[in-house]
Amino acid sequence: MSNMTVSVSPHIKDKTSTKSIMRDVIIALTPALIASVLIFGMRALLVTAVCVAFSVGSEWAFEKIVKKPNTIGDLSAAVTGALLAFNLPVGIPLWQAAFGSIVAIVVVKQLFGGLGQNFANPAITARIVMLLAFSSTMTTWVFPGLVSSATPDALSGATPLVILKGETSAALPSIRDMLLGVHGGCLGETSAIALVAGGIYLLVRRVISWHTPVAFIGTVFLFTLILGEQPVYQLLSGGLLLGAIFMATDYSTTPSTNWGRIIFGVGCGLITVLIRVWGNYPEGVSFSILLMNILTPYISKLTAKKPLGGAEV
Amino acid sequence: MSKKRLHGAHVPHWKNTAGDKPEKMPTPAVVTIPMSMHIGAPAKPVVKAGDEVKVGQLIAEAGGFVSSPIYSGVSGKVKKIDDMLNSAGQRVPAVTIETDGKQELFEGIAPPKVTNLQEFLDAVKNSGVVGLGGAGFPTAVKLTVKDLSMIEAVIINGAECEPFITSDTRTMIDDADLVWQGIELLQKYLKVKRVIIGIEDNKPQCIGNFRKMCKPGCGVEVSALPAIYPQGGEKVLIYHTIGRIVPEGKLPIDVGAIVINCTTLAAVAKYIQTGIPLYEKCVTVDGSAVKKPKNVIAPIGTPLKDVFEFCGGFSSEPKKVLYGGPMMGIAVPDLEQPILKNTNAILAFNEKDAELPKETACIRCGRCIAHCPLNLAPVNIETAFRLKDAASLDILKVNLCMECGCCAFVCPANRPLVQVNKLSKAMLRNYQNEQKALEEKQKAKEKAKKEGSK
Repeated sequence: MSNMTVSVSPHIKDKTSTKSIMRDVIIALTPALIASVLIFGMRALLVTAVCVAFSVGSEWAFEKIVKKPNTIGDLSAAVTGALLAFNLPVGIPLWQAAFGSIVAIVVVKQLFGGLGQNFANPAITARIVMLLAFSSTMTTWVFPGLVSSATPDALSGATPLVILKGETSAALPSIRDMLLGVHGGCLGETSAIALVAGGIYLLVRRVISWHTPVAFIGTVFLFTLILGEQPVYQLLSGGLLLGAIFMATDYSTTPSTNWGRIIFGVGCGLITVLIRVWGNYPEGVSFSILLMNILTPYISKLTAKKPLGGAEV
Repeated sequence: MSKKRLHGAHVPHWKNTAGDKPEKMPTPAVVTIPMSMHIGAPAKPVVKAGDEVKVGQLIAEAGGFVSSPIYSGVSGKVKKIDDMLNSAGQRVPAVTIETDGKQELFEGIAPPKVTNLQEFLDAVKNSGVVGLGGAGFPTAVKLTVKDLSMIEAVIINGAECEPFITSDTRTMIDDADLVWQGIELLQKYLKVKRVIIGIEDNKPQCIGNFRKMCKPGCGVEVSALPAIYPQGGEKVLIYHTIGRIVPEGKLPIDVGAIVINCTTLAAVAKYIQTGIPLYEKCVTVDGSAVKKPKNVIAPIGTPLKDVFEFCGGFSSEPKKVLYGGPMMGIAVPDLEQPILKNTNAILAFNEKDAELPKETACIRCGRCIAHCPLNLAPVNIETAFRLKDAASLDILKVNLCMECGCCAFVCPANRPLVQVNKLSKAMLRNYQNEQKALEEKQKAKEKAKKEGSK
C-alpha cells in the first residue's frame, strides 16, 4: 500500500484564510485605535482590551460548554470585540462593556450557529442593546484628551450630531478637528483620517469591496446635501465611516454580490439620514445596518448572478 | 472580441520547465497500456499474450464510434492482458508489454491516403489521437460535424493555463510546423474560414512564433489572452475569442466553434504526414518532490516511477502525485500508474504541499461567487447539497460547473467546493432519474386505468 494522499482537485490554495482576513481587519482598525488613545487617553485602550478579552473569552467558554471546536484562533471574536469597543463612549463602565461583549458573541453570534451563520452584525446589535439598557452611560461623552486643540468644553460636551440636531448651543468643531477626530463621540468613530486609512488598507488587500462603503457614504452625502443638512459634517460625524467601512462590509450579514452590496449601502444611507434628521436619536448608523442585515437574504436573492449559459428551469 | 471578461483566479504560473527541450527517456522495462484512455467505449485488444509487437503497431482497435485505437510505443512481447486498477479506482483491461529495448519501428507505418473529408476523418480516427489537453475526447468524433457550414471558427487551444505544465508550450515552440500543418488540414478538409490560436500572454515566444507564420489572408489569427485561470477552459476560451456562450447541455459546435488543443492538432498532423500514430507523449515532470523537473517524452504505458526516476528521482518522499496540473489534476494512488494518452504532466509534491488544509466554517465572504467564470454560486450549491435539496441544485445550475477549481482555490475557509459540486451533480442526476421513473410509473398507471375502464 502506498501512503500517498488522494484528494479531489484543486491541489493548491491561495494564501487567504479566515484568520488572515480577520488579521487584516485588526491591522486596519489599528490607526483608529491609536487615534482614540491619543484623543481620549489610555482608557480607550482599556475599554478595547476589556471588550476583546470578554468577546474572545465568551466565545471560548461557549464553545467549551456546548462542546464545539474551539474557534478563537480565527480572530473573528477579537474583531467583534474591537468593533464593539469602537462603538462605545470612552467613559463606559467596564462591566457594561464586558456585558455588551458577551451579548455580541453568545447571543448574536454563537446562538445562531457561530461564525458565518449569524444574520445580524454582533457588534452593532450589542451596541443597540447597550444603548437601550444603559442609555445614560452610552450617551455620556467624556473627553479626557491628551492632545487636543479644541476647548475642554467642546470636548466633554456633545457630539457633532447632537449639535447638528440643534439640541445644544455648543459650536460645531472645525473641519480639521473632525478629520483628526478631536471631538465628542464613541472612542473609535471620531478620527475620519484613521478610519479611511484602514478602509484603504482593506480595499488594497481585497478584504472588502468598495461597493458598500461608497454607496453608503455617497447616499448620506447626497441625501443630506439635498436636505441642506451640512453634508460634510454628516459624513464625518457619528459612526458613519466606522459603520460603512467596517460594519456594513461584514461578510455573513451583508449581501455577497456587488449589486447587492450597492443596494445594501444605499439602504443603510437612506435609513441613517432618516433617523438622523427626523428620528429621536441623533445617530442612525447602527439601526440602519441592523435593519439592512435583516433584508440581506432578500437582497442576495434579488441580485443573484445569472449562471452563464444556464437553461431555464 | 468580447469586451467583458469572465472571472477567474490569479493562480501562480510556476512554468519552470518552459525553457527545457523535451528529453526522450530510455525505454522502460515494462509498459502497461490501459484500454480506456479516452471518453467512450474501451478499445478492444487485437494482440494476445506472447505476441511480438513493434513500435507503432496497433494493439487495440476502437471499440465503437466514440472510441479510439491504441498503438504500442515499445517493441517487445505482450506479457498479459488483464484488468488493472486505474487512478479513478475502476477496473479497466490493460495490455502489458515486456520491452526488448530494440525499439524497432513497425514495418507497416506509412502515411495514410487523404484526399477528401471522409479519408481525413478516418485518418484522424486511425491516428489514435484523443483530446490531449486532458479531456481525452476522441478527436475524430469532435471533428465529425453534421454540416460543415456550422463551423464558424476553430479555436486552437494553446492557453495552457494550469500551473507547472509546459508540454503545450513545447509543442508550440518545437513543433509549430506540425501545428500549422494541422491548421492547413482543417482549412482544407473542414473548410474552416476562421482559425484562432488562443495563447496566454505569459508565453510571448509562442505568440511571436505563430504571429510570424500568419500571412495576411491566411485565415489564421493569434489571440493573446490574459493569463487568468481558467483561460484554457473550453467555454472560457470560446467566450474570450468569439464572444459566444455555450448554453447548458449544448456543445461548442452549437455556437459555431470547435476547440482543439495544439498538441492534439500536432499529433493529427504528424500521423497524416508520416503515418506515425500517437504512442508516446511529452509530459512535464515537476513539483516540489521532483529532483530535476523537465519535459520528458515517454511511451504511453510507462509507469510513473520510471519517468520520475529519469528526472533524478525524488528529493523527498512524494506524498501526492498528480496526472495533470494542480488545479484540475487527478491524484494517483500509486506510482505504478502509467502515462496515458491525455497525460500532459505528472507532478509530485512533498509532505508540506500534500497536506490537506483544514476545513473551517464558511464566512460567506462571496469569493467563490466572485471568482466563478460561469457566475455560479458555489456557496449556495454547497448549502443545497447539505440539505439534499436536488431541485435547488438544478436552479443553481450545478451541471454547468466545469470543475476548474477557482472557488476552492480562493476559499478562505478551505471548503471542498469542487468535491461538493461533483457530488451535487451525481445527486441531481439521481433525482432527475427518480423523477423520470416516477412520471413513467404514473403514466403507466393511468394507461392501465384507462384500459381497465374500457
